[in-house]
This record gives sequence, C-alpha cells and structure tokens, in this order.
Amino acid sequence: MATPSLRGAAATKQSIKMTGFYEIYKRYDRSDIARAQAGFKEADIRSALAKDAISASDYLALLSASATPFLEDMARRSRDITLRNFGRAIQLYAPLYLSDHCDNECVYCGFKRTAAGKRRKLDPRQAGKEAEYIASLGIRHMLLLTGGSRKESPLEYIRDSVLAVKEHVPAVSLEIYPLETDEYRVMVEAGADGLTVYQETYDEELYDRVHLSGPKKDYLFRMDAPERAALAGMRAVNIGVLFGLGEAREDAFFMGRHAEYLQEKYPACEISVSVPRLRAGDSGSYRPRKVTDSDIVQIITAARLFLPRSGITVSTRETAEFRDNIVSLGVTRMSAGSVTAVGGYAVNKDKDLSYQFHVSDDRDISAVRKMLESKGYQAVFYDHVP
Amino acid sequence: MADDILSIGGEKIGSRLFIGTGKFSDERMIKDVISASGAQVITVALRRVDAGVRGDNVLEYIPQGSILMTNTSGARNADEAVRIARIARAAGCGNWIKIEVINDNRYLLPDNLETLKAVEVLVKEGFIVLPYMNPDLVIGRRLLEAGAAAVMPLGSPIGSNRGLRTEEIVKIMARELKGSVIVDAGLGAPSDAARCMEMGCAAVLVNTAIAVSPDPANMARAFSEAVIAGRRAYIAGLAPSIETAEASSPLTGFLGEE
Repeated sequence: MATPSLRGAAATKQSIKMTGFYEIYKRYDRSDIARAQAGFKEADIRSALAKDAISASDYLALLSASATPFLEDMARRSRDITLRNFGRAIQLYAPLYLSDHCDNECVYCGFKRTAAGKRRKLDPRQAGKEAEYIASLGIRHMLLLTGGSRKESPLEYIRDSVLAVKEHVPAVSLEIYPLETDEYRVMVEAGADGLTVYQETYDEELYDRVHLSGPKKDYLFRMDAPERAALAGMRAVNIGVLFGLGEAREDAFFMGRHAEYLQEKYPACEISVSVPRLRAGDSGSYRPRKVTDSDIVQIITAARLFLPRSGITVSTRETAEFRDNIVSLGVTRMSAGSVTAVGGYAVNKDKDLSYQFHVSDDRDISAVRKMLESKGYQAVFYDHVP
Repeated sequence: MADDILSIGGEKIGSRLFIGTGKFSDERMIKDVISASGAQVITVALRRVDAGVRGDNVLEYIPQGSILMTNTSGARNADEAVRIARIARAAGCGNWIKIEVINDNRYLLPDNLETLKAVEVLVKEGFIVLPYMNPDLVIGRRLLEAGAAAVMPLGSPIGSNRGLRTEEIVKIMARELKGSVIVDAGLGAPSDAARCMEMGCAAVLVNTAIAVSPDPANMARAFSEAVIAGRRAYIAGLAPSIETAEASSPLTGFLGEE
C-alpha cells in the first residue's frame, strides 16, 4: 500500500481528472454570490416559494437575508414536503467512534493531531462489544467513525470493524478519511450501507487555512470522496458543511448544489445532507463564526425546498430544545444518545476520555423517542434493505 | 355488488382498498386504520421489518386474516428485488410481493424493465407478484403475460398526493387489462380513489394520504367508502348503458330512402 502522502498526490490527479463538482464550484465567483444574495427582493422570494421545483437561483434567494421575513412560510412548505415524502417518521442512529488517532491538524477539532489526551482505538472485537451495547439500547443503525489516520486505522481495520459491528446491527455507515473508489468498494462488500463525508467548508482558501496540515489539506480529494463512494455502489451518501467555519449562506448553497450534482449523476444513490453547527467551546479554543438558530432553520428549510427527497440529518451537537423544535421542519434523521469518544458507551466507559465535540443534547435514546412521540412522530430504528 | 368479489392469486378479497403501512406517526395506529377501512391487503416494506426485535415490529399491528404484501422498497434492480422477496418469504411474510424497483431517488419513479425481469423470476418461484410500475399498456401486458397477478401503475409520483395525474393512460390500461389494474401511489384524496374505481380499476393502494392525515383512521374509512362508491358507479354504469341504447330512439331514424 502506498504511503498516505503518495496516495494523496496520486488521488489529487485522479480527482482533477474526475473534475466532478469542482467544475461547478469554480463557475461561481464568491463575490458574485454575495452580490446576488444582497440583490434579492421580496418578489424573488415569493416567486421561489410559489414554485413546485425551485432552481439553484431560487435556492440562493431562499438562503439570502431577504428571505428571513419568510421563514415561517419556508418552514410550512418544508414541513409539508417532508411529510409527503418521509411521513411522520424520524430515523435514529448513534455514532460509534472506532479510533481518535489523527494525522490532521484541523483547528476546530477535538481529535486534531496536536490535541492533548491519550489516543484510543478499539480493536474489531471491542468495536463489536461497543456495538452490542448500543444495540441493546434499541439502536439499529450505527455510524462508525475514525480519525484521519490511515496508518492507525488502515482499510483492513475499518473493514474488519464493519464486519464485527454488523454482527450486532443491520445498518452501518462510515465517517472516515476519504478513500479511493476501489477502497469504497471494499467497504460496500463488507456491508457498509452509507458514507458520510463533510466538506466542512466549500471556501477553498478558508479550507486551506483551517486545515493546517495532514492529508485532509487535499481539498479536491475530499470534495470528490462522495462521488467516488457513489461510483463504488454505496447505497447512501451524506454530505455536509460544518457551519461556523465559513460564510454559512454560501456554504449552504454549495452543499445543496453538491447534493444536487451527485443526485443527478447518481440517481440510484440516496444523497442526503447534514447541517452540523460548530459552537464556541465545542472543542478547544477555536472561535467559530456565529450561526444562529434562525440561520440553521433557514438552511434546513431552503435545502428541503431545493432537495425535496433528500434526507436531512441533525446531530446531538444541537441542544435538546432546538432539536425538539425543528423535528417537523424538514429533518429526517437524528442521532440519539451519542457518546463522541472512543469506547465511550461501554468498552472504555470508566476511563478518562477525549471527546471529539461537546454533545449538547445528552438525552438517552428512550427520552428522544418519547419526545418524538409527543410531537406526533415515529422514531424509526430499523430501516435497512437486506 | 354482492357477487362482485375481487380475486387475486386465488384469494377472494373483501376490500378493494389496499393500505400501505409506512409514514405513520405511530405504528400502533395501523391497527385502527385497518379496522376502520376494512382493508384486507396490507403492504409492508421488508426494510422496516426488524425480525431481530420483539415489541417494535410493524407486523404486530396487522390483524390475523389480513393478506400481507411485502414490498421490495430499496431494491435498485431486479436482482435486489428478487433477493428481498426471497428473504421476506423465508422470514415468514408469505408469498405476496409488491415489486418496487427504484433507481432514481430524485423522482422515485419505478424502473419498468428491471421490474419485468424480477416478475419473470419470482412468478416461477411461486410468488403472487404485483408489480408497481410507470403506467404503460405494453409493459403492463408483458407483466401480466409473465404471470403478474395484477399490475400497479402509479397515479402520480410516490408521496406527491397529486391524485390521478396519469389518468389517460391508466384508463386505457383499465380498459384493456380488464380487472388487473390497481392504482398505486399519489392518490391524495378519497375522490381520487373513487375516480380510479369508476374507470374500472380493480383496486387502489393508499398510504401517504392516510398516514399523514391528522386522523388516519377516519381518512382510511373515507377512502374505503370512496372505493366502494366508485366501484358501484362502475358496475352501475355498465349495465344501464346497454339498456339505454336499446330504449332510445334511433339517432338516424329521420333518414329516409332517397
């Protein structure tokens, strides 16, 4: 196997050849976007809201400041579209951290290479134990995560962990460092149903500034990862932005365009989006930009109108109160009872652990389920195509 | 009406309203929905049947005596549909299968060609097969020739609640594929269901419009009544039209010899 750096270099060439979403991204001049957003008038918003299917330009309008007085209308439309397409049901899942070893220096992350604290890694047998415990709480869909270290979490290790976890739960998705297409195929064959990979920010310059070192610096290789996974036959691919890094409206726009691009090119793959928000104090001393609750609601509802059939995920980075309030606004999937440390559910429960981020909604799974029921929503634990 | 009984796969079916079980806020509601509507054929997505867990299984809310029709939701091609059907039967879900092959997540429209392939395989394996399809008379015929028990063209895209937007084609199918057309997907109101039945469709399958209604049981009953009314109109419409033709004065009676 090639060393990480060589692999990264080779992959960049392949990414450029693949071109993919980057070509679309490059068509937009960021200053043009800002200008366009400032220029939208009430009539543009009304026109977008009156359409059955909105264009990219409508989507940009709905993400603009001019749309904020229409948030209630957007929320109503978003709720109706979501009800028709997804019903009164929210899927629940839990993250399972396999390893926090990381070669990247991402200024905002609790697992960054230079972060203090002992690094941990579950062996596949321990991963199975952890999964068994989470499954005993009712969760049937797990998201396996590793830090960005190919050396500490090689392909074979992740594959073996998938196999071990699948002994206990039917549905397994991955949130790992970007792989090559053939490597994603290995994961699909092992039984991985989905891949989550966030661009964090689409702002290329900012991306370079917040990812100080490590393989993650390769913006293009990351941008093309969702496409490689779709190409490899991954059933579901979830992309996202870490709101709080870049300009939220712009990043939301590119996230939606990226999802649209992928869904158009890979119609058989379920493309979904996530809207995690970085907050001050989530991890270390990084000071994120302020992204308000109202910003997130606007981002969710605009995304729903632009991508009517795409799943939208909200994690436990958000507070219980906020999550309760946005259940019916367009969200289709939530994490619940999350522990964001390696082995934090069972295997390393009593140890002094390092967490990737601060969990704002620390309710257990049954409390989240009860909350959903009280809102007239079914908590879906099992949704797996055998 | 009394002797107008729907028969599919050798089963006499009391209600021409089939019900889907997805999208409900609480699966326990399904029991009331079935009881209020009198529906007998109930579809369940295998992807939502968690055989490993007791107490949280949609099957528990489906009364004895119902005909369970497992759908292959999630299948992207014929092979996956066939695999899901086999797993469903092995899991004790019976041998009624609604084939649903979708590889376009933007519109959720079915792939008729892969559907046909799956039907060919599953019929040979003894399944009672009901394929969900884009309305198309020729493919409809091919599916029936391959042994499908009925065909299920969509009224409008899944979840759209737009009603019978494919009416012209469905009408032709209902006329040509006598008694074998069940409209599935998109019916948003009981009047849509009545319209399908008036055209001579054998049955309708409804899920979203019932599941997301604020009062699912009452909405199910409304659909059930609409289906009965529509069917009654269809039957009533046929017989009198012959009598009327006989009783009327000839339209060309004024023509004399020239």
